Amino acid sequence: MLFSPYITKPDSVSKIMLQVLFALIPGIAIYVWFYGPAILVSLLLASLTALSTEALMLKLRERPIAPFLKDNSALLTAWLLALSIPPLAPWWLIVVGTMFAIAIAKHLYGGLGSNPFNPAMIGYAVLIISFPSQMTHWLAPGGLGSAGLDFQSQLNYIFRGALPDGLTLDGVTMATPLDTLKTQLHMNGQMKSILEMPIYGRLAGVGSEWVSLGFLLGGIYLYARRIIGWHIPAIFLITLFAISGVFHLMDPARYAGPLFQWFSGASMLGAFFILTDPITSPTTPKGRMIFAFGAAILTFLIRVYGGFPDGVAFATLLMNICVPLIDAWTQPAVFGRKDER
Amino acid sequence: MLSALLAMGAIAITLGAVLGFAAIRFRVEGNPLVDKIDAVLPQTQCGQCGYPGCKPYATAIAEGTADINLCPPGGEEGIHKLADLLGTEFKPFGGSTVPKPKSVALIDESTCIGCTLCIQACPVDAIVGAAKQMHTVIAAECTGCELCVPPCPVDCISMEPIADTTGNWKWQYPVYAIMPSQTAP
Amino acid sequence: MRKLHTFHGGVHPATCKTQSNGSPIAKAKLPSKLVIPLRQHVGHSARTTVEVGERVRKGQIIGQADGHVSSAVHASTSGTISAIGMQPVAHPSGLPEPCITLIPDGLDEWMELEPCEDWKAVPHSELRHRLRNAGVVGLGGAVFPSDMKLYAHKHKIKTLVLNGAECEPYITCDDLLMRERAEEVLKGAELMRELLYADEVLIGIEDNKPEAIAAMRDAAGKHSGMEVIAVPTIYPGGGAKQLIRVLTGIEVAAGVRSTDLGVQCFNVGTAYSAWRAIRFGEPLISRIVTVTGNVESPQNFEALIGMPIAELIAQAGNLPGTTGLIMGGPMMGVLLPSDKAGVVKATNCIIAASDALFPPPRPVLPCIRCTRCADACPAELQPQDLYWFARAKNFTKAEEYHLFDCIECGACSYVCPSNIPLVQYYRFAKSEIWAQQAGQKAADAARERHEFRESRLERDKREKAEKLAAKEKAAARSEPAPVSDKPDTKPQDEIARKIQAAIDQAKAQAAEVKPKNTEQLTPQQMAEIAEIEARRARIREIAQASTDAQPRE
Ligand code: SF4
Ligand code: SF4
Ligand code: SF4
Ligand code: SF4
Repeated sequence: MLFSPYITKPDSVSKIMLQVLFALIPGIAIYVWFYGPAILVSLLLASLTALSTEALMLKLRERPIAPFLKDNSALLTAWLLALSIPPLAPWWLIVVGTMFAIAIAKHLYGGLGSNPFNPAMIGYAVLIISFPSQMTHWLAPGGLGSAGLDFQSQLNYIFRGALPDGLTLDGVTMATPLDTLKTQLHMNGQMKSILEMPIYGRLAGVGSEWVSLGFLLGGIYLYARRIIGWHIPAIFLITLFAISGVFHLMDPARYAGPLFQWFSGASMLGAFFILTDPITSPTTPKGRMIFAFGAAILTFLIRVYGGFPDGVAFATLLMNICVPLIDAWTQPAVFGRKDER
Repeated sequence: MLSALLAMGAIAITLGAVLGFAAIRFRVEGNPLVDKIDAVLPQTQCGQCGYPGCKPYATAIAEGTADINLCPPGGEEGIHKLADLLGTEFKPFGGSTVPKPKSVALIDESTCIGCTLCIQACPVDAIVGAAKQMHTVIAAECTGCELCVPPCPVDCISMEPIADTTGNWKWQYPVYAIMPSQTAP
Repeated sequence: MRKLHTFHGGVHPATCKTQSNGSPIAKAKLPSKLVIPLRQHVGHSARTTVEVGERVRKGQIIGQADGHVSSAVHASTSGTISAIGMQPVAHPSGLPEPCITLIPDGLDEWMELEPCEDWKAVPHSELRHRLRNAGVVGLGGAVFPSDMKLYAHKHKIKTLVLNGAECEPYITCDDLLMRERAEEVLKGAELMRELLYADEVLIGIEDNKPEAIAAMRDAAGKHSGMEVIAVPTIYPGGGAKQLIRVLTGIEVAAGVRSTDLGVQCFNVGTAYSAWRAIRFGEPLISRIVTVTGNVESPQNFEALIGMPIAELIAQAGNLPGTTGLIMGGPMMGVLLPSDKAGVVKATNCIIAASDALFPPPRPVLPCIRCTRCADACPAELQPQDLYWFARAKNFTKAEEYHLFDCIECGACSYVCPSNIPLVQYYRFAKSEIWAQQAGQKAADAARERHEFRESRLERDKREKAEKLAAKEKAAARSEPAPVSDKPDTKPQDEIARKIQAAIDQAKAQAAEVKPKNTEQLTPQQMAEIAEIEARRARIREIAQASTDAQPRE
């Protein structure tokens, strides 16, 4: 206490991150409901890896460990990554991804506050490029697929790679709705008939649409607590809606509707939890809108024309690159100087 | 293949010609670099750099015959500025060149014999006085170059460091260890 | 109801005002000594007019305003001057400044005052002169000499804003002043309005002071064109720029004079002091100070300027656990280097800090770019960028991002979840830039002087050589020398002389003053001349102000 101000708001990075983690819980709960508890295992694995990697990196960089471990940012990265990759994957997949995210994408770029790219998305990108096949084994939601897996067998698969006798991986997993859509369209399937497949529930896929709704709920909570602003999620979702709507109207047989785009893949998670990461998004209101607009367009383009099933991760990373430029261009006018520019 | 080479060659020649023409056409008279360098030097005119004044040192830097870390009054900040200006790397002071705290000359007025030798030495006319009269330093104009100190036959000139006052005091760079603080005031 | 405007950002720290606003203003007891700094205002330090050992009476000038922006300093009570010298003052550096120490004799004997019943009959310049000699400065914290601010052309200023917002937590001195002395505050406002030729007076008071609002509304009923407006409680809503914005919608940018936009703003305490100074001739020798925090009975005191802060705290009751004294509020106040420093005109509040009230700062984490600071910044800056530039000592960039528009309100540091001492970085950057500018100015001046000296030496040398040459030539001519066709002077000398002659001629031409046509002026030119004349009059006024005081020396 040497210089003013002598009082501070009882707010902290750790509390902010905790709120974000908290807001993920509805989505995770629905996830467990539809896909079984395997996701909890990957969340746990990711968390442990993240914390130990963080501690190790802090030690190597000769930074104090305790205050940084307590800031919960590594946990958030871990959770976001775990939620973006298939839960039924060999244990090392999530471990490698998390380690890469924390050690390379976060700490080699200067640690908390200095990383230009969203670490979770870097982790995801590395995994999907290096281990594409493991990354497509999404669990079939409850009631779909040829057979369900109990928790014991899920654990068995994650840690030993063994499935119960008589089951094949294809029997218990399936591609995501987005992925299926892409493959089917590729095989000249008709949009109408594709969407009538059992995997597509009411909006965008049994289970996954509900998980998305859960994330939407969490996002609204974050906004209500003013942890995030409205600019990024609103502009992202509106743009995604608009562009997919326009394409859908032009050719409904080839382009899925806007609600499908909203509730499939990582749209909701991205809009409220990934793109809004303060460290890797612009700081000015205008900049945030441009950022979200660009991310939405890129997401759509990658989903429709790209080689990957979902585009949120790559769209985020591509827009991350532009952040310094966007910030520099969108400096708002200051008090009393509104008409100077 | 051949046509590609020819095309490349043609482009190279045209561009070269344009550049050459521009260099002649837009040539700036004088040597603005010297002035630019001179503008960042502190103008103490003390000669500690080994040149008779700031301008000669600036000229030497511009010609590439002098290093950028020779001016102690400019401090490390001055070296940074020079490095920025010239697009080179920062170089710390070497060996015996160390910046001193900023000072001004003070003439002990009871000892001064009015020989005018210091007036002749002062590069910025910061000393007033006349023959056989007591001399005095205009503190506001004195750059602290110390050139007047050696010529004085009665050693009445001393260098007084400029004291910290609320007027020239500066806020310190905040130093915060990223640590749970154990040190409450 | 008047439509109020809003400003961007702002924060809502706990106001902590009820502790000290419950009891009426108490008169602080006469202290054992007074330490009166010679500079308690923005501008030049006052010049001492007394000597050690001299007896002074209450209200007597002991430091005369010196220079254009300056203000007088007075003896706060009668007594003997015991010392003139450096003493600790309320400055963040902890460095001492020249102060006058006065030992009171307990008689509290006033000098003869010059009350003025009918101030409306006194010319404005005389009123300003009296304010300057009474040492009236802004009491809201900026301590700018008020006479300087009370000068305006006719019909230039529309609104006089009276600042009773008092947005900083803990401080209640203006609240109590308005509750107890509303009439005199408004009479002061009337005086200021007259001096500024302003049309309306808007008095902004934050809505957490209902008693003050009621008292002021009551008193304002007797004046026309005065309106007491309750403004929302938000920090820093009491900043001059912010209050002007809220009341009038006008935004005064940094470096712009509010008078150019038709507004002038004064603190309510200043209005009160100005009134006392004009009506009763009383100089500014006391002010209301809130003493709060870790003390037995937090309350407001009317304290003499120069009263040692330790004695003031003692009158409110010392409590154990005090870790430091803050002068001002918790958002912008200064930690006092010593409790021996005296109360000055800027001392609106003394907070005894304790660990319970002001917990030691939490660890600092890196900036996470969350922009809570930008959301809170009333100047609409991007504090996170400024922080980045200041930390990297990239001052050019910091200036480009409007560092100097920062009012150092501390709202950004207050909200920062990483606990970064942002304001401190800005202060560092600002003072570094000022020092650099000063250094550059000194270097430029030195260069000029050096070049002038070089050219002078050059000229001397040349002149000497020429004289010598001329002498030799004269000698050569007078002497019947062996006939030689060749002229003695070298051709170079010839050329040099010719050049010199040409230069001299050019100089002579330049020296010839060509007066501009003074007839047929455009209205614009005439207006400019009028303005220059007005400025001259003002300078004369100030010059008179300082000469008038000379005889007292
Ligand atoms: S060392 Fe002295 S003379 Fe040389 S550049 Fe620096 S100030 Fe000028
Ligand atoms: S007075 Fe002495 S130290 Fe100062 S500028 Fe002149 S010669 Fe240098
Ligand atoms: S409030 Fe603090 S952490 Fe957030 S952007 Fe501002 S400086 Fe950075
Ligand atoms: S201290 Fe400066 S940057 Fe921070 S909120 Fe206040 S005006 Fe804005």
